[in-house]
Amino acid sequence: MINPDAELILEISDLHASVDDQPILKGVDLKIHAGEIHAVMGRNGSGKSTLSKVLAGHPSYKVSKGKVLFRGEDLLVLEPEVRARIGVFLGFQYPVEIPGVSNLEFLRVSTNSRRKQLEVEELDPFAFEELVRSRLNLLQMDPIFLERSVNEGFSGGEKKRNEILQMALLEPIFSILDETDSGLDIDALRIVAAGVNELSKKETAILLITHYQRLLNEITPDYVHVMGFGKILRTGGSELALELEKSGYEWLEEESVSPLRP
Amino acid sequence: MTSSNLLGELVSKPYKYGFVTDIETEKISKGLTEDVIRLISSKKQEPEFLLNFRLKAYKQWLKMQEPDWAELGYPKVNYQDIIYYAAPKQNQKKASLDEVDPKLLETFDKLGIPLSEQKRLSNVAVDAVFDSVSIATTYKEQLAEHGVIFCSISEAVNEYPELVERYLGTVVPCNDNFFAALNSAVFSDGSFVYIPKGIECPMELSSYFRINSGDIGQFERTLIIAEDRASVSYLEGCTAPMFDTNTLHAAVVELIALEDSSIKYSTVQNWYSGNEEGVGGIYNFVTKRGQCRGARSKISWSQVETGSAITWKYPSCILQGEGSVGEFYSVALTNNLQKADTGTKMVHIGADTKSTIVSKGISAGKSRNSYRGLVQMGPKASGARNYSQCDSMLIGDQASANTYPYIRSQQSMASIEHEASTCRISEDQLFYLQSRGIGFEEAVSMMVSGFCRDVFNQLPMEFAAEADKLLALKLEGSVG
Repeated sequence: MINPDAELILEISDLHASVDDQPILKGVDLKIHAGEIHAVMGRNGSGKSTLSKVLAGHPSYKVSKGKVLFRGEDLLVLEPEVRARIGVFLGFQYPVEIPGVSNLEFLRVSTNSRRKQLEVEELDPFAFEELVRSRLNLLQMDPIFLERSVNEGFSGGEKKRNEILQMALLEPIFSILDETDSGLDIDALRIVAAGVNELSKKETAILLITHYQRLLNEITPDYVHVMGFGKILRTGGSELALELEKSGYEWLEEESVSPLRP
Repeated sequence: MTSSNLLGELVSKPYKYGFVTDIETEKISKGLTEDVIRLISSKKQEPEFLLNFRLKAYKQWLKMQEPDWAELGYPKVNYQDIIYYAAPKQNQKKASLDEVDPKLLETFDKLGIPLSEQKRLSNVAVDAVFDSVSIATTYKEQLAEHGVIFCSISEAVNEYPELVERYLGTVVPCNDNFFAALNSAVFSDGSFVYIPKGIECPMELSSYFRINSGDIGQFERTLIIAEDRASVSYLEGCTAPMFDTNTLHAAVVELIALEDSSIKYSTVQNWYSGNEEGVGGIYNFVTKRGQCRGARSKISWSQVETGSAITWKYPSCILQGEGSVGEFYSVALTNNLQKADTGTKMVHIGADTKSTIVSKGISAGKSRNSYRGLVQMGPKASGARNYSQCDSMLIGDQASANTYPYIRSQQSMASIEHEASTCRISEDQLFYLQSRGIGFEEAVSMMVSGFCRDVFNQLPMEFAAEADKLLALKLEGSVG
């Protein structure tokens, strides 16, 4: 939902980043206001996932130039855990398995770290279990998930639901969902999308990274951005995604002027 | 800063038990001869059988070679450069705590083991051993009401000589191995536990070993006997000051479990491990063995090994009684240049005996952490079963982990299962936890304690949390 008076949540200017000395992002500019849902599309290797990792603070991704402000504050100087606590959330494309660490305990420690930041009361195991069960229903998840180790032995779809469960518990201000739709069958996709829609509020913003229109049929973006060559090549409304679905990325890339193009 | 650098900083935390108590100590001169053994024995006013036991062990020891198969690669120990007996100066053992040197009480206070009546732990009886002697044992009288004997082994030698003579050296013979022979010759003190028939020991028993002097060897000896249908849970803890020389520690523990009895023996070992260049630290060569003599008896070892420059230790079970059960649960954490070679032996002699081995090794820094275990099924061990699980976790990229399982079976109706795994804390796992608001240190310690959970669950309640904290402490440090 676009509201010109809404708070500016995220402001990315001229962002350059590399991994293993390989430049990936080459000048990304993006502004996201409260209440908005943005979709970023683009080919594999266009820099979509790198953008998400840089925003969340992955140590392997080095920022060489540019800045990112989160609600006016320099995001790039903050440790990843601090970013999470102040309300930046990354839903992983490939959630990591952590054997031996109970999912319930992990979710509780995580939720409490955010609550501590917000200066609301931290939850003891009993109070937390109540909260988590109510959120499980939202995603139609079996409580048995809570007893397992974090993501261990979860199917692809279960891992993605577990990500959205974390989003529901952390109540972030700004969420990046990196290919949350991949690996989901159509029913699971609907459940996850319904969960995301439920969590989307007028004071929060979402950045969806996806390859496919089918997610955007369930979650309607206010803006669609196309990435290529480490930049945003084109920005449009939700109709841009439909066009891409029909004609692919090539016409856009040909239109764009990139010095690195062969 | 990269995660691996951070990990490096995390695992090098100052040792908080490194202080020295300034107390007058009576020491004998360095070196080991027959005369030294006679001197130790006479200082302790021991009966003749014990002197003979010591001398026999000494003669065996002279003929033995220091084992080198564990590839621990430490410089040769000069056994003539060690003091074999040291004791804080006080006359005899005090009848009451009020008479114990306040400096000693203060030392144990500082270690978190308050001994005085007002402050002591409410459900744990403690035997506190300082250098070579036991200085106090709490709750002795209360335990005596149940017929339970809990005292230092020196006291037991004088007060219950028949029990000591009957059982000492029957599980670990005096010529069992180089370090056991040395211990048998010169052992100074340790704990003695006797649980009579049908008695379930009403509280946890615990010994706390403190090395204070830098140039003495510590040789403690523990003997625990559980009569028919008796049961006991016993815990030992150990710390030492920081010296830049290596201190030798060679202990022997013998457990005897008779029919339907059970002994649970837990260790939290936190001897000083040396600095990050590997200077100083305790050489820990320990022989621990339990014998399930009676049918359906059970011996369970749990250990959390975090200290020492070198650890050489294989708490074992001889499963003789039909249907007897042996367990070994171990967490061994090594850091910097520490080396640990630890594991167990499960020797199945009787029919339908059962053993479980769960070993978790965590190696950080440039340390080397090995599991070495033997599972043996004798010809009469029909229906015997063993399950072993050995997992290793590597932190950083310079540590190593090894697993050496030895399996011998002379019985076709026995089953042996062995599982092993190795994992590394990956940058992506840490990032995942961090991106959920969990700080770096907490993330590492969550993963380490998750890895060790199966073992921590086996520790007595009071100490499970303690062990978890101890590991976190070892792994804690300044971030960023």
